[in-house]
Amino acid sequence: MRSLYLWVPLALFAFFAGLAGYMLTQEKDQFVESTMIGQPLPAFALEPAFAGLPGASTGDFTGGRPRLLNIWASWCLPCIAEAPQLEALKAQGAEIIGIAIRDRPEDVANFLGRHGNPYARIGSDPISEVQLAIGSSGVPETFVIDARGVIRYQHIGDIRESDVPKLLAELEKAK
Amino acid sequence: MIAEIGLAALWLAAALAVLQMVSGAFALRSAEGEANSLAIYARPAAVVQAFLAVLAFLLLLYAFAITDLSIKLVASNSHSMKPLLYKLTGTWGNHEGSMLLWVGVLALSGGLLAAFEKRLPERTMGATLAIQGFVALGFYAFLLLSSNPFERLPVPAAEGTGLNPLLQDIGLAIHPPTLYAGYVGLSVAFSLAMGALLTREVNPAFARVMRPWVLGAWVLLTLGITAGSYWAYYELGWGGWWFWDPVENASLMPWLAATALMHSVSVLAARDALRTWTIMLGVLAFSMSMLGTFLVRSGVLTSVHAFAVDPERGAFILGLLGLYIGGAFTIFALRAGAVAEGKRFAAMSREGALVFNNVMLSAILAIVLLGTLYPLLTEAFDVRVSVGPPYFNPASAIFAIPMLLVMAVGPLLRWKSDKPARLQFELALIAALVIGTIALVSFFGQFPLLPLLGLGLAAALAVAALLPLRGRNVMRMPLSTWGMVIAHFGVAVSLFGMACEGAFSQERLAAVAPGGTEQVGDFAVTLESVTPFAGPNWTAIEARLAVSRDGGETVILNPQARSFWSPPQATSESALLTRWDGQLYAVIGNQAEDGRWQIRVWWKPFVTFIWYGGLLIGLGGILAIAGRVQVDVRRRKATAMGDQRRADIDALGAATPLPAE
Repeated sequence: MRSLYLWVPLALFAFFAGLAGYMLTQEKDQFVESTMIGQPLPAFALEPAFAGLPGASTGDFTGGRPRLLNIWASWCLPCIAEAPQLEALKAQGAEIIGIAIRDRPEDVANFLGRHGNPYARIGSDPISEVQLAIGSSGVPETFVIDARGVIRYQHIGDIRESDVPKLLAELEKAK
Repeated sequence: MIAEIGLAALWLAAALAVLQMVSGAFALRSAEGEANSLAIYARPAAVVQAFLAVLAFLLLLYAFAITDLSIKLVASNSHSMKPLLYKLTGTWGNHEGSMLLWVGVLALSGGLLAAFEKRLPERTMGATLAIQGFVALGFYAFLLLSSNPFERLPVPAAEGTGLNPLLQDIGLAIHPPTLYAGYVGLSVAFSLAMGALLTREVNPAFARVMRPWVLGAWVLLTLGITAGSYWAYYELGWGGWWFWDPVENASLMPWLAATALMHSVSVLAARDALRTWTIMLGVLAFSMSMLGTFLVRSGVLTSVHAFAVDPERGAFILGLLGLYIGGAFTIFALRAGAVAEGKRFAAMSREGALVFNNVMLSAILAIVLLGTLYPLLTEAFDVRVSVGPPYFNPASAIFAIPMLLVMAVGPLLRWKSDKPARLQFELALIAALVIGTIALVSFFGQFPLLPLLGLGLAAALAVAALLPLRGRNVMRMPLSTWGMVIAHFGVAVSLFGMACEGAFSQERLAAVAPGGTEQVGDFAVTLESVTPFAGPNWTAIEARLAVSRDGGETVILNPQARSFWSPPQATSESALLTRWDGQLYAVIGNQAEDGRWQIRVWWKPFVTFIWYGGLLIGLGGILAIAGRVQVDVRRRKATAMGDQRRADIDALGAATPLPAE
């Protein structure tokens, strides 16, 4: 045919459409991992976030068992949604150490009074110093720290009910 | 009620799009000059549709302004405590809202075309409006069936969840609407190209109708990309102005096609050449706009602008792409052979230079498209790659360098055919400027090749852009020629900024204790203090940097690291010190264990020229439009005078023949 080349754009487009269509049906990895995964927890020692519980430091993540490190704040709305799941995790034997970001002692106490207190310890991080060092970019975020203080897993955003088994499995893996 | 009225307006607009499509198609079927009972509805349908779509958008804007939390979209993208400006910009800072903006602009351009364009033959106009209605209908279906912006919540939310903090910036107020207006303006070029192809009316008259739309869309794209580049530069805090991110490429690709189209449509209007090529580019430019929308909205590509990762929506848009782009290319393949090629010209001519540059622009477009889609291709085989500046920069430079050289010479050439001997002086001058600049700069040190070439080309192009003014009465020169001169000069200015930034930037990344001083270029930067800082819906740590150039006057810069809490996200707010010869760019990072702060400072010579150049290019386009309007008004006046004279002559019964126009 004289004008066969006129079909070239259509052929190229058909190839692209086929490829894009195929890729749309593929599962996509949605999580952006912190570069800190596999690294030891950076050294820190935080003052207690309120009078009721001790503060948190790197030294708390030893002793032969993995723990959860939960980054949260009383002013954070998804943290309220997350509270029942933390309770559930605690009930199933997880030890949770909290870091309260840019918070005030009375607000922390108030939040825990209202939504329950799943934490073993809570450190206060008034300028997000430790949060940024861990590679967390927002609240809430939850890390699985193994018995030797190495960061094993990062969960970004609030923990939904469906995430609880996954976190328990990660804790088990980190043993 | 607002949401329901908005939704009803959208449904009605969709119905009108159907009417517009059908009646436009009837106009196509009737013979020229013959009245058709249905065809008369195409224009009013387009106008009323435009009104309804814009109304729907304004209603959504109002819902955002008053933070109506019973609307799902408002509740999930806004917050009552947000500043009003960002409540408003939040309207299009999300998937549904931006698609509504897209449809609104699409309908508005169709409406304007229907209301004001009287020069096209009715059949071509009918076909054009039918295509425009067909395109709009697909996007209405997308909104109404899969992305309803007016969806109500069963129970109104107590509070909204906020807006992506990166988007809480004045840049967002300007950048997307400008870009969208440009994208969608190209839809008219697309519809016109298809309309003309269907009726085989590809001629200079058609090109003159298409030209203002292409120019307007191109100006908006230019300004949108310029604003977007500057926004990314100061907001993302990484000190760069272009990253070849898929989303950036999504805006660059239609621009490249539109740039080629703009030149080609001018050739068609003035010289009746490049008919098929103009049609092809008309189809391609809007296809690139839609492809960009698909890439951004479907989440098939990973990007820093992860907006709406939703495969279902992706599938819907892909279906639309198949329908429109696939359909257009099919009609093109079937019909383009029937379009005569138009007037011939020698390779060495103004047309020849324009064709060469259009081919180079298309090649760059292919390079960018390939690089953008390549990760998608390899991922199909489970290999994850990311393609970045190491590929794009040299690959596009291979075509950009000859293009810039020809761009310097092109405007000096005569139409139809020319001889190199006539331009001996100009060619020698251009060559001397390129080589001289490179030699001069190399004398002062070792610099990377591409920026060096860029500097040489920028110098030559800046001078060559002004050469068309030589020996002419500049006061009498048409505005459109001024437009070309200024736009080409703007390219030189931008290129100069890019080359300087690439060749001479200096960077310093240091851990500094309060009181400590670092040297960057001529600047001494002292970290005076780091303090917490509270904003309306964020908190931050703010550094106080005392900056002094060569021991001169001290200026304070305040870079911040911000934390937003709704939704939670950290952003980096860079601080800029602008001088005529460049910018000092400062970012505050994390605190080290020993209490020192990470400070990152760049000195970027002449970096601002990148965006000044962009503005000049846009200004050139605006002057070109103004020039066309001026010519039209004059022609209309002349015709009116001619009509008057004709009437007078008729009244007098004189038989004097009028000179042919």
